[in-house]
Amino acid sequence: MLSAAEAASGYRRLMLRRSVLLAALTLGLVAAFLLDIATGPARLPLETVLEALLAGRGAGGPMSVIVWDVRLPYAVMAMLVGAALALSGAEMQTVLDNPLASPFTLGVSSAASLGAALAIVLGRGIPFVPQDWLVPANAFAFALAAMFLLQFLARLRGAGVQTLVLFGIALVFAFNALVALIQFVATEQALQQLVFWSMGSLARATWDKIAILAAVLLVAVPFSARAAWRLTALRLGEDRARSFGVDTHATRRGALLRVSLLSGVSVAFVGTIGFVGLVGPHAARLMVGEDHRFFLPASALCGALLLSLSSVAGKLVIPGLLVPIGIVTALIGVPVFVALVLGRGRMA
Amino acid sequence: MSAPALTVSGLRVAYGRKVIVNDLSLPPLLPGTLTALVGPNAAGKSTLLRGIAGLVPGTRGQVRLGERDLLRMSIPERAQHLAYMPQGLPGGVALTVMETLVGALRAVPTALAPDGASAAAHAIRVLERLGIAHLALRTLDRLSGGQRQLVGLAQALAREPSVVMLDEPTSALDLRHQVSVMALVRETVLRSGLVGVVVLHDLALAARFADRLVALSEGAVQADGTPAETLTPDLLARVYEVEARVERCSQGHLLVLADSPIRGAA
Repeated sequence: MLSAAEAASGYRRLMLRRSVLLAALTLGLVAAFLLDIATGPARLPLETVLEALLAGRGAGGPMSVIVWDVRLPYAVMAMLVGAALALSGAEMQTVLDNPLASPFTLGVSSAASLGAALAIVLGRGIPFVPQDWLVPANAFAFALAAMFLLQFLARLRGAGVQTLVLFGIALVFAFNALVALIQFVATEQALQQLVFWSMGSLARATWDKIAILAAVLLVAVPFSARAAWRLTALRLGEDRARSFGVDTHATRRGALLRVSLLSGVSVAFVGTIGFVGLVGPHAARLMVGEDHRFFLPASALCGALLLSLSSVAGKLVIPGLLVPIGIVTALIGVPVFVALVLGRGRMA
Repeated sequence: MSAPALTVSGLRVAYGRKVIVNDLSLPPLLPGTLTALVGPNAAGKSTLLRGIAGLVPGTRGQVRLGERDLLRMSIPERAQHLAYMPQGLPGGVALTVMETLVGALRAVPTALAPDGASAAAHAIRVLERLGIAHLALRTLDRLSGGQRQLVGLAQALAREPSVVMLDEPTSALDLRHQVSVMALVRETVLRSGLVGVVVLHDLALAARFADRLVALSEGAVQADGTPAETLTPDLLARVYEVEARVERCSQGHLLVLADSPIRGAA
């Protein structure tokens, strides 16, 4: 039997252990990030990578160009997209009370694909957007519009979480059908481009895009952090959370808005990399539980780590060829996921 | 603690267009007393409880605590006065008991726990008071049924409300845990001077632990008073549609013995 004093010190130790785990994940991420920069057609030694990084951009020399202009944008993008999607997935799973939810469950990625398809195949997009940005801008606009449409439908019905999910699934099918329709009428060249887009690739990373995604993350993260307690309470059920004083509807709306921004921007820039938003939160949950003060950062870190490692693997699987990261993530993520689930089965 | 009484008047609770409770009023529920809502399935007990707790949108009428109307309050403000405990805890949640209690205290700021350390200390005091401090570091899915109810109760009591509303706290519990949970609920209500309202299925349990029974059917109050006043063969025939006897056991507690369903009533 645990006495009150033992419970208090046990709780402190638990919090400490979780902080240590977060620190370990951060270290792992730094290592994976450096490895990602070092990996490529020319394998760079770690010292060279660090040297080039520390020398700053435009220091001159071939190493500096490789590191700063070729490798670094990919590596940073992998990290940011992983963090954004996994954080979105974590919030999504909590507010929808559904462990299978991910940023793409409610049609965000299908909508983005539709937007991208319109831009690629028909050249239609938002007016006054430069040609280079047409595809991502369109994808993002559609992703966001889908989220608002969903919330509008749900509110119309005064609906609960289950209805929200059902509407989301309906949207997924509707968008997928429209994308298929566009594919059907597309030229062979446009079709190829569209298929490649939907596989997800970091090859589209540029510093401009990185700056935008980083800015969205910087805006979203403080709101997530502030919502952490309310999200934890929501895990105990809608009525109970309200009885703790949580405005659950406002909490859910806020989370869904963050999710659509983060996943919309991510999908717009790198295409659909679906799995990380599902696996990241599950890995985090198994490590630190669901106290959202730890769960949210751990999810973001797991997602970033998974995508960094996938990026490394994508360069190694077929020498001389960069396999699209969407494919690699699923190929790496699935065994990791299965191992985690089996491991949990043993523990319980 | 001289907490004010809770008065319900003209309450209308509906899910969408389906009106479950219409124009229901209850004489004041006094602090330090436990009131049991009883009635057959679909009588509207849980709906009434959720309506009073402000959990059903569009609820009309008044739920006054002293001079103030709980239904007109914002969610965080209401949570300072009233705690509601739904049936059962959700499954598959990777949280320890302590984390849920600290979460309950910090979900929205409360004067009880201005910072993390005081929240943890307060959480442990609540667990100790209910005699479950030893469960503090257990995760929710490793608790037995009775322990889960006690942890749920601890969460409801953590914010030190003056009204607690419990929906079937003894459902799915064995006899020993039914009695121990209800004894603890009663003791807490008496000691802290709370207005306690509990939905119960088991009439004998309600009669044994509650000060007052309110019998509902079809969303309306059919009887209201002490257990001895309320539980009569006539009421059981009207509300539950059974031929029943109400007798006293060797220790003086009320027992309800249902003999047969009344034919044609259903």
